[in-house]
Amino acid sequence: MTIRKSTAMIAAITMLAVGACSKKAPETLPPVPEGTGTDTGTDTGTGVIPGSQEDFLASVGAMGDRVFFDFDQYNVDSEDMATLQTQSQWLQRNPAVRVTLEGHADERGTRDYNIALGERRANAAKNYLASLGIDPSRISVISYGKERPAEIGSTEEAYARNRRAVTVIIGR
Amino acid sequence: MFLRPIGLSLALLLTTAPVFAQTAPAPPAVAPTEPRETIEGTLSNERTVIAIPSLATSSVQTVAGLRTDSLGRQIAEVIAADLERSGLYEPVGPGGVRAITRAEVQAPRFADWQARNAENVVHGFVDASGTGGLVVGCYLYDTALGSELVRKGFEIQPSDWRRAAHKCADAIYSRLSGEAPFFDSRVAYIAESGPKGNRIKRLAIMDSDGGNHRFITNGQSLAISPRFSPDYKKIVYVSYLNNRVRVFIYDVAAGSQKLVTESGNATFAPRWSPDGSQILYSMAVGGNTDIYRISANGGTPVRLTSTPGIDVGGSFSPDGRKIVFESDRSGSQQIYTMNIDGSNQQRISFGGGRAATPEWSPRGDLIAFTRMGGGEFRIGVMTPTGGGTRLLTNSWQDEAPTWSPNGRVIQFFRTTPGREGKSSLWQVDLTGVNLRRLPTPQDGSDPSWGPVLP
Repeated sequence: MTIRKSTAMIAAITMLAVGACSKKAPETLPPVPEGTGTDTGTDTGTGVIPGSQEDFLASVGAMGDRVFFDFDQYNVDSEDMATLQTQSQWLQRNPAVRVTLEGHADERGTRDYNIALGERRANAAKNYLASLGIDPSRISVISYGKERPAEIGSTEEAYARNRRAVTVIIGR
Repeated sequence: MFLRPIGLSLALLLTTAPVFAQTAPAPPAVAPTEPRETIEGTLSNERTVIAIPSLATSSVQTVAGLRTDSLGRQIAEVIAADLERSGLYEPVGPGGVRAITRAEVQAPRFADWQARNAENVVHGFVDASGTGGLVVGCYLYDTALGSELVRKGFEIQPSDWRRAAHKCADAIYSRLSGEAPFFDSRVAYIAESGPKGNRIKRLAIMDSDGGNHRFITNGQSLAISPRFSPDYKKIVYVSYLNNRVRVFIYDVAAGSQKLVTESGNATFAPRWSPDGSQILYSMAVGGNTDIYRISANGGTPVRLTSTPGIDVGGSFSPDGRKIVFESDRSGSQQIYTMNIDGSNQQRISFGGGRAATPEWSPRGDLIAFTRMGGGEFRIGVMTPTGGGTRLLTNSWQDEAPTWSPNGRVIQFFRTTPGREGKSSLWQVDLTGVNLRRLPTPQDGSDPSWGPVLP
């Protein structure tokens, strides 16, 4: 039951962090990607394979698979820490699962630099997960730079959602 | 590809058979005069009118499915389009001007072309070589003086007819402007299609005017940042093959590719040295990106930068002794130079905003780059010590300049904002005028312009 308790605590921290950092948190959640669970609860319902991407998203929440960054920045702030702590708990419950951290940048940068920036962001998230006790050998990293925006558009809101590091389950 | 310059003497032009045995250089009919026009500062609105009738043929023959008279028209069209695109000339023809006879090629009726207000006239011929190839001759005359300014001849394979046209246009351009040639050159770039969130990006190549377009990769793996090798035999680029970020060398003739270096880390932003013997690339290790240099044949890479910041990209000076690159070690993207061993790293870009994607001019005198600031991405140039910055374009997002072989024109790509935003290839004269979009079958980005073909 300790897990459940700390999850609740982290959820509270997350909410606080969201309130304190309105600058970078998206105001509204974009639609959940197709093929992933829509239930943000922690209960793995019927038909969800433990350790799967679906299970992960069901546990961490629809947007709990990613952390966001300020323009040209890669520091993990308190909000990101809360998100990654939630992820780390799921990873600890599923010790055989390996993940890829995908680093991304918004479109308002040059191509090569943005790949380097995405590398920084993915590694920042990876390093924080490692500091929480997740074996770094379970975590691979890839940067997509500005090649794969999550939110299509040329608004500050879209850019904020695209400056991200996303944890993707790649199997056991 | 086969294109052999041949000498054209009067005797040669009156016969056909012994043309290929001739190696004597073409003697100019008149002593060269001073170039009639030099490019300085801004381009003149007064463009020189050049009449370009279809090239004549001695007898209409079909070679490799191509008719010599049709090719005469098509070659004239490519010459006219090249000269028009330079921004310096106003071609008249081949449409709307009378055809010339084979005999006229060396005996122009100057009064006819003066009557069209043409200061110059281009004449030429396309003949079957008798050995399965073509002989293309090309002349430039001054209509007022009645003098010959250019005489060029090429023995070509029929499929290379566009190259003969570009070579002819280059000879005319060089003679009239005093600049080095650049039309007979090629461009590697990335062809883009599909939605912005899941773009299909394919390696593609084409002539400098968009002709002879060819897709290289099929789009299954994301392809970015290509660079043609100086001999055009290879393309170095980044492929996301197997969901990794790695630099490959693609062999154009063989259709195969190999890794530049074996590494578990992401490698990207590859560049050739001017002689093609070495490759620069950037590698991210634990989130920190630095620049490395390696032999194009492999071997042990040499690390050139070691700051905690992002050091990325790079471009050799034409003498191969220095490298210009970008780094955010100062807190934001700026441009630096260093020796090829990594010593003597010095920041050269100052002033407002960020500066990125430096490319050293083949002439050595300037560095083109992307200036970011004030909500715009613009193409700029500065000297190798950071002086004399001039911004050449003004747009929401212009990025990634690449130089024409003569250091006179800069290609880049322009992205428009929004959900339906597109990327396309553009070029602009060094002076910031004559901005033009390049024709590509799909959207385009990351152009890389190679040297003039031999």
